[in-house]
Amino acid sequence: MSDDTAAHAQLRGVTRVYPGGVHAPPVHALGPLDLDIAPGEFFSVVGPSGCGKSTLLDVLAGLSPPTAGSIRFEGKPVAGAVPDGVGVVFQEDASFPWLTVHDNVAFGLRRAGMDTAETARRVDYAIGFMGLADFAAAYPAQLSGGMRQRVCIARTLVLRPRLILLDEPFGALDQQTRLLMGDELLRLWRETGATVLLITHALDEAAMLSDRVGVMSARPGCFIDLVETGWARERDSRIVSDPAFGAITARLWSSLRTESMKAIGRE
Amino acid sequence: MTRAGRIFWTRCAVIGGPVALLEAACRLRWISPLVIIPPSEMVAAMVSLLGTEEVLASVGQTFSTVAIAFVAAVVLGFVLGAVIHGLPRLRRAIDPLLASYYSVPFFVFYPLLVALFGLNALPLIAIGFIFALPAMLIATLLGLDRVPRVFRKVARMHRLGWARTATLVILPAALPNLFQGIKLALAYAFIGVIAGEFILSSGGLGYAIAYAYESFENRTMYGLMLFVLLSAIVTNGLLYAWEARQQRRRGRG
Ligand SMILES: Nc1ncnc2c1ncn2[C@@H]1O[C@H](COP(=O)(O)OP(=O)(O)OP(=O)(O)O)[C@@H](O)[C@H]1O
Ligand SMILES: [Mg+2]
Repeated sequence: MSDDTAAHAQLRGVTRVYPGGVHAPPVHALGPLDLDIAPGEFFSVVGPSGCGKSTLLDVLAGLSPPTAGSIRFEGKPVAGAVPDGVGVVFQEDASFPWLTVHDNVAFGLRRAGMDTAETARRVDYAIGFMGLADFAAAYPAQLSGGMRQRVCIARTLVLRPRLILLDEPFGALDQQTRLLMGDELLRLWRETGATVLLITHALDEAAMLSDRVGVMSARPGCFIDLVETGWARERDSRIVSDPAFGAITARLWSSLRTESMKAIGRE
Repeated sequence: MTRAGRIFWTRCAVIGGPVALLEAACRLRWISPLVIIPPSEMVAAMVSLLGTEEVLASVGQTFSTVAIAFVAAVVLGFVLGAVIHGLPRLRRAIDPLLASYYSVPFFVFYPLLVALFGLNALPLIAIGFIFALPAMLIATLLGLDRVPRVFRKVARMHRLGWARTATLVILPAALPNLFQGIKLALAYAFIGVIAGEFILSSGGLGYAIAYAYESFENRTMYGLMLFVLLSAIVTNGLLYAWEARQQRRRGRG
């Protein structure tokens, strides 16, 4: 198929069932689900809590195997390992408490054996980009939750991934900072030409940042709506005053409302 | 005065007060010198004893026994802990055994160890090791349990192999718990060896103290006891300082 090669990341019939334990039944968390993300696309996923968003990210990144279905990244199957060119920012705080901010951010580059001058240049840039310049020598314990999350974003960005997967990266931030970080993310996306998959629980964030938003059903998560925003590539948080922004957010909410009620057990 | 200074002086008062009181009680003959000698004499006795070859030999014997038991317990406790952590079935099976381990009075087996190995350093190393091993093993299990799952995912995202994941991510993440295990293992190895020497042996500090006790040599007995006490405090203090330095680096000092 011709469209197979066009997609940067492609999921076909992807399903994930967590095997049960001694006292726990198996959990059907995701799918079956099809998705094509175009090269350079900014794709967001919204969905009720527990619908399988983080599971989708794990499977797409090659961190956990799909129970059924196939995943391709840049045309090559993803199986058992994170492909080169994929960077992930996790939902949980994943900063290493035994390393300074600088060493946290440099972690991946040092492991990859990059020379020190280039490492220092990239790390300093990423730290500055994330607004952490004054905290390069600090340890994560001395930072706020939102700052720690920014350390993790910087640690992934320095790897220069071609596909960036972000799992609620701004969850610990206040609304104002969140909008500004959104602008920074858009700038980064434009500068690097990377493909972005952003998981978020904020509908306005999804509406403002994305080329396309996937709305997921309650567990097992499937896409029940795919919304094209039609924004120009040059955009920032000021589009929240655009009338189209309200219309997009309203459509996301109407798709999500029943699913969110299902997710909290009020059908 | 700074906070650290206040803490220091408070600590001195807490320790020094009772010592001064004991000194006075002994000097004023409220306590007979046949029971307890004044602390100042204990210090003098300790210093002069440490000048004798005989005592130095005992110290060397005990310390090397403790060191062997301690290192063996830390290394094997860590390795066993790591292996058991990777085998959840085995772990479920032995969890209750580990939990009740320290309720067993192991010293009743000490004569058996002597019968098995003979009256030499081996049964002492064995008792110190048996005593210290589970502390390290349990601390290793706990430490590995507490490594957040997301850290392993970060390691996989950076496409680290097994060995680099272990040394660069898992080990540093588990380190605070491993420290606890190391500290406990040292204390237990020390207790095990000294107590073993006390019960049945032909040398070492514990033996020397028991011997002095039986021959009514109060000065020797208290001098040696003070030395054992100070050794334990100093080694533990060193480990404590080392740990505090690591923690400060993590910003939680
Ligand atoms: N390791 C696991 N073992 C068993 N079940 C799991 C595991 N991880 C997730 N689940 C289950 O799978 C479902 C989806 O979880 P997931 O973390 O993907 O949801 P989510 O959409 O990211 O939720 P949130 O928005 O709260 O982060 C949940 O019902 C969860 O209980
Ligand atoms: Mg999640």
